[in-house]
Amino acid sequence: MTQLLLEYLPIAVFLAVALAIALAMMIAPFIIAVRNPDPEKVSAYECGFDAFDDARMKFDVRFYLVCLLFIIFDLEIAFLFPWAAAFRDIGLFGFWSMIIFLAVLTIGFIYEWKKGALEWD
Amino acid sequence: MSILVGYAPVLPEILLAVGAMALLMLGAFGPDNEKSGEQITWLALLLIVAAAALIVLQPPKTEQLFEGAFVVDRFSRFIKLLVLLGSAGALLLSVDYLKKKRLMKFEYAVLVLLSTVGMMMMVSANDLIALYLGLELQSMALYVLASMQRENLRSSEAGLKYFVLGALASGMLLYGASLIYGFTGSTSFPVIAGVAQAHDAAQNVGLIVGLVFLLVGLAFKVSAVPFHMWTPDVYEGAPTPVTAFFASAPKIAAMALLMRSLGVAFPGLEPQWLQIIWFVAIASMLLGSFAAIGQTNIKRLMAYSSIGHVGFALVGLAAGTHEGAQAVLIYLVIYIVMTLGTFACILSMRRGDEMIEEIDQLSGLAQTNLPMAFTLGMLMFSLAGIPPLAGFFAKLYVFSAAVQAGLFPLAVIGVLASVVGAYYYIRIVLIMFVKDPEEKFAPVSGKLGFVMAASLVFIFVFATPFVGGLIVDAAGAAAKSLRF
Amino acid sequence: MTLIAFFFYVFAVLCIASAAMVIIARNPVHAVLFLILAFFNAAGLFVLLGAEFLAMLLVIVYVGAVAVLFLFVVMMLDVDFAELKAGFIKNAPVGAVVGGIVLVELALLFIVHGFDLGTAGKLQAATPPIESGIANTEALGRLIYTKYVYFFQASGLILLVAMIGAIVLTLRHKEGVKRQSIAAQVARNPATAVEVVKVPSGSAIVPSSQGQNS
Repeated sequence: MTQLLLEYLPIAVFLAVALAIALAMMIAPFIIAVRNPDPEKVSAYECGFDAFDDARMKFDVRFYLVCLLFIIFDLEIAFLFPWAAAFRDIGLFGFWSMIIFLAVLTIGFIYEWKKGALEWD
Repeated sequence: MSILVGYAPVLPEILLAVGAMALLMLGAFGPDNEKSGEQITWLALLLIVAAAALIVLQPPKTEQLFEGAFVVDRFSRFIKLLVLLGSAGALLLSVDYLKKKRLMKFEYAVLVLLSTVGMMMMVSANDLIALYLGLELQSMALYVLASMQRENLRSSEAGLKYFVLGALASGMLLYGASLIYGFTGSTSFPVIAGVAQAHDAAQNVGLIVGLVFLLVGLAFKVSAVPFHMWTPDVYEGAPTPVTAFFASAPKIAAMALLMRSLGVAFPGLEPQWLQIIWFVAIASMLLGSFAAIGQTNIKRLMAYSSIGHVGFALVGLAAGTHEGAQAVLIYLVIYIVMTLGTFACILSMRRGDEMIEEIDQLSGLAQTNLPMAFTLGMLMFSLAGIPPLAGFFAKLYVFSAAVQAGLFPLAVIGVLASVVGAYYYIRIVLIMFVKDPEEKFAPVSGKLGFVMAASLVFIFVFATPFVGGLIVDAAGAAAKSLRF
Repeated sequence: MTLIAFFFYVFAVLCIASAAMVIIARNPVHAVLFLILAFFNAAGLFVLLGAEFLAMLLVIVYVGAVAVLFLFVVMMLDVDFAELKAGFIKNAPVGAVVGGIVLVELALLFIVHGFDLGTAGKLQAATPPIESGIANTEALGRLIYTKYVYFFQASGLILLVAMIGAIVLTLRHKEGVKRQSIAAQVARNPATAVEVVKVPSGSAIVPSSQGQNS
């Protein structure tokens, strides 16, 4: 158990270093830099005229479809990792069970393709 | 090859799943028009019939597969046939409607098939994971079906409501399942039963809390009070054939799941879950009867009616006896036939391309279309439980089981609720036969007429010893394989 | 061991704090970013439990895909914050009353019964111990595809339904979009692509409809 966690120690150290540097970069300007704020200086600048409206705008629903399909295939490949790791032990049965699983999702993929869900317009 | 023979009991499910995928491919590669959609719907109907034939041909013994996660016994076969009947009926009812509403897509039939596979998995589930996966497969397809009519705001709303509340129920069910797993160390029903039968199991608060959460999730799926709030809105908003599907097959499957999980996994905690079932049964019967009185939309009325019928069926389960379980199964058979028949009538309420859902519009139907008025009237009498129609026997078996188990208050409340319920069913009959006629409906199509006639014949012949006896015996044998 | 305890508290505190921030944050985009932070810390907790695969799955699926989906949804919906807040203030007293009642009930239970896990823990059947020497992912892999093949295939079907559902409900094609059909382009030959027309002097050519649309 501890052995396992020790393998993760470099990642923890890496994260700590990254965090320290990032924080230092963010905090340093507050301490060192000269700041002289002014309403005109800090307001949003939009090429010479006042901002029309909120910068955030509605996204097209198509992004959502792409993202949803991505999640599904993401989950599908998540099943491949343990399969690959245990491939030696699960034998022919395990092999074919994964092939059937992939076939089911390939059918979904063909459907998606034929329906034109992968095209933008 | 020999390894494949071992999977014979799952063949109906495999057939439906593979068939659904084949139809998906056929639809994707075929022309994108109504005609191909209709052909695929008929093919789906054929697949359902084939699956039903496979189930009938299965040897009548109990078999377990996949480390005991999947069990095929008399009970599961009985319920699966009912589920297939519900799905086939719903598909048959939907063809004309979908064409009228320009909704005829092949995905409809594919989703109904996949949802049916999920229901069959629920019915055979003998393990918490199998239970959840079956339920989820079923529900996912139903969420999509509810919002299929996506240009229609009400349909989208129905789908969204069903999805959000369904996800909440699934979450509760999962939470309960995880507690049960945590306190018993297994997800398999027989192992859970072993732990729950220990003498101090009733002291185990964790296990009981898990059981309660599981029951909450399942009560939502059968739309029993107090987890019924989604039903009227979803039934009203979803396209009518989808509503017919919702009211028939998934309810049967969820009831079966409830019976199996309580009967097989928790016989040791019977006093605990019986209390909950009593309460849910009484509340559903009362709410189903009283809330339906003021309804003007017939789909909403059917929603409350289905809530009430779930309550009546649960009375049998609340008895906790073999007779009770048998009565529930008989009730489900009669309920599904009456529901399909009634929805065939509702789908025939049409003028031109416009679907009519207002009860007032049925006014004087006896003068404009007597066969339809007669069928709907008889179905309403049957739903109300008036002898000698099938609905009467359904209630009779349930209440006599309750009385045999010594549950007089439950039986009395049930009878009172059916008297109140009879009021709104008979009101529809009065509207049709006494009031002045409204404008004529469009002629009844052949498919709807077939479903109507079949259900009409059924509710009359159930009283004969042959048909009634056959179903009662089959239900008794099915209930026996559940250890009730 | 103390190092593990230290990391546990770091992850747990950050996880709960960011989960709280998901609800508190005014800006829904910030809320989603806090959700991502919460996922990361939950993944850290999974690693501490020895469930490496779940930890990685949490990062890949939840952080990589679900959080992005949430961002899209937040961007897609035009949430009116003022309206939301008005509802909150209106319903706050009711919520406070319900919350208070539940709190009092819990306190009463605690006073009457005490916090006794003795009976709760007693019935627990022995959970099989984690085999040492096998990586977490491999241990899962040995079970999913053989012992739990039924559940595995069922999840495949659920994913298929999700795919069909996503397409049925959200896919719509714009009318009149011109697409490049490479196969049609490649299949062209001089006979179909070029039309030789004899132009009589002094008159115009009327283009034929064939060969115009590819």
